[in-house]
Amino acid sequence: MSVKDHEIKALKDSVLEMATLVESFIKDAVHSLLNNDIELARKVIRSDHLVNSYDIRIDEDCIKLIALKQPIGKDLRFITTAMKMATDLERIADNAVNIAERDIDIADKHQIDPIVSVDLLQMSEIVQSMLRDAIASFVNEDKLLAMDVITRDEAVDKLDDKVIDELMREMSKSSDNIYSGARISYVSKYLERIGDHATNLAEMVIYMVEGRIIRHIALDKIKSIKETGADFKKL
Amino acid sequence: MSDLLELEVKGLDFYYQNTIQALKNINLPIFQNKVTALIGPSGCGKTTLLRCFNRMHDLYPKNVYKGEIFFRGKNILSKDIDMIELRSRIGMVFQKPTPFPMSIFDNVAYGLKLRGIKDRDEMYQFVKTALIEAALWDEVEDKLNASAYDLSGGQQQRLVIARALAVDPEVLLFDEPTSALDPISTAKIEELAVTLKENITIIIVTHNMQQAARISDWTGFMMLGDLIEFDTTEKMFTNPEKKLTQDYITGRFG
Repeated sequence: MSVKDHEIKALKDSVLEMATLVESFIKDAVHSLLNNDIELARKVIRSDHLVNSYDIRIDEDCIKLIALKQPIGKDLRFITTAMKMATDLERIADNAVNIAERDIDIADKHQIDPIVSVDLLQMSEIVQSMLRDAIASFVNEDKLLAMDVITRDEAVDKLDDKVIDELMREMSKSSDNIYSGARISYVSKYLERIGDHATNLAEMVIYMVEGRIIRHIALDKIKSIKETGADFKKL
Repeated sequence: MSDLLELEVKGLDFYYQNTIQALKNINLPIFQNKVTALIGPSGCGKTTLLRCFNRMHDLYPKNVYKGEIFFRGKNILSKDIDMIELRSRIGMVFQKPTPFPMSIFDNVAYGLKLRGIKDRDEMYQFVKTALIEAALWDEVEDKLNASAYDLSGGQQQRLVIARALAVDPEVLLFDEPTSALDPISTAKIEELAVTLKENITIIIVTHNMQQAARISDWTGFMMLGDLIEFDTTEKMFTNPEKKLTQDYITGRFG
């Protein structure tokens, strides 16, 4: 008597619910920054405990399944993946909360340069899509989608570099821009980290489906596997 | 602990041959419609305790019980207990399958005959129900008159469970019921135990700790005749209170 399908489904549902909540945090935190909506930022900060309880509950459910059902093979990979995913999702939520805190710091004290605004919005949309698709790839055990998520992180890194350059240019023009410029650069960095965590999620999905740990493998190799359909196990 | 009590062991001591003390002041609740597992190293007293629940030790006259075991409010260690009735209400399944040398049908019908059921159609219905409950019907319905010995070990064990179920027990005692079975048959018996608890209470003695973890709701850990710890299986296998329990379930001794 091993792990039951309904137990796997319940765990999937919990991860999915947690991810949906975390995605709304990113969206709301960035919306708050770009629209000076302090109340929305406060709502994100206030809701963080909900994500923390998912993190704890998923951990406890996984530990219970490991202790009582002795999962093996794919079930074991699924459960350990869910456990690690909960940790990354919790960190993503922390980054979104950090963005919300910076929103409050700089509210009414700045005008965000329109180019920076557009770039931050784009970063936010990319990392949200990465998160959404990483979770979809987990739920549907879709390694191609997971690989696609991994390749999207490059665009986030580039946007982060671009935003920092733009902010430095603004800050060098006038010291009045330093207070908000420094804080907005944090926001860019938080979004970049969210992209990294979403990449971790997708890497875990590939481990779950393929049984192959692909962390620390060069991005061009992953791209080539994605394009050629080669086997991960031959890496 | 809102579960209803099926059995309650109070201050139970047990002596083999009136000399060797095998159980020391055992206090233990057994909850209705739950699977309770008794685990512990060889010689810890788990099977001795299991056999107290239907007075199997009475087969040897010098064995002595002290203390009480309440079964739905009545002390089953008292002298006026009707053993036949007790053992039909608290049935037992042993380590090795123990089919009788007769047909599959007659094995299950055996206890029913003792209870005075004579009508063939009524008997057939009881036998069929018991075989369905024991998840064996689909495999034997077209060979009910074949010898029970023609069945595989796993099937024989389910037949024995059907025989126990036929007399409509409230409790089933399992004494290492899968130790002689292959993994597939073991999985079937484990599934069966979990299904059966909807209607009956199960106490299982097992050397296989993983089995206890998989199928039981409550677990008691015994050593040298003492009940060291008793708690929900989840608690016992994730965060037991006692170091001895911790050491045993993590394989550090035994």
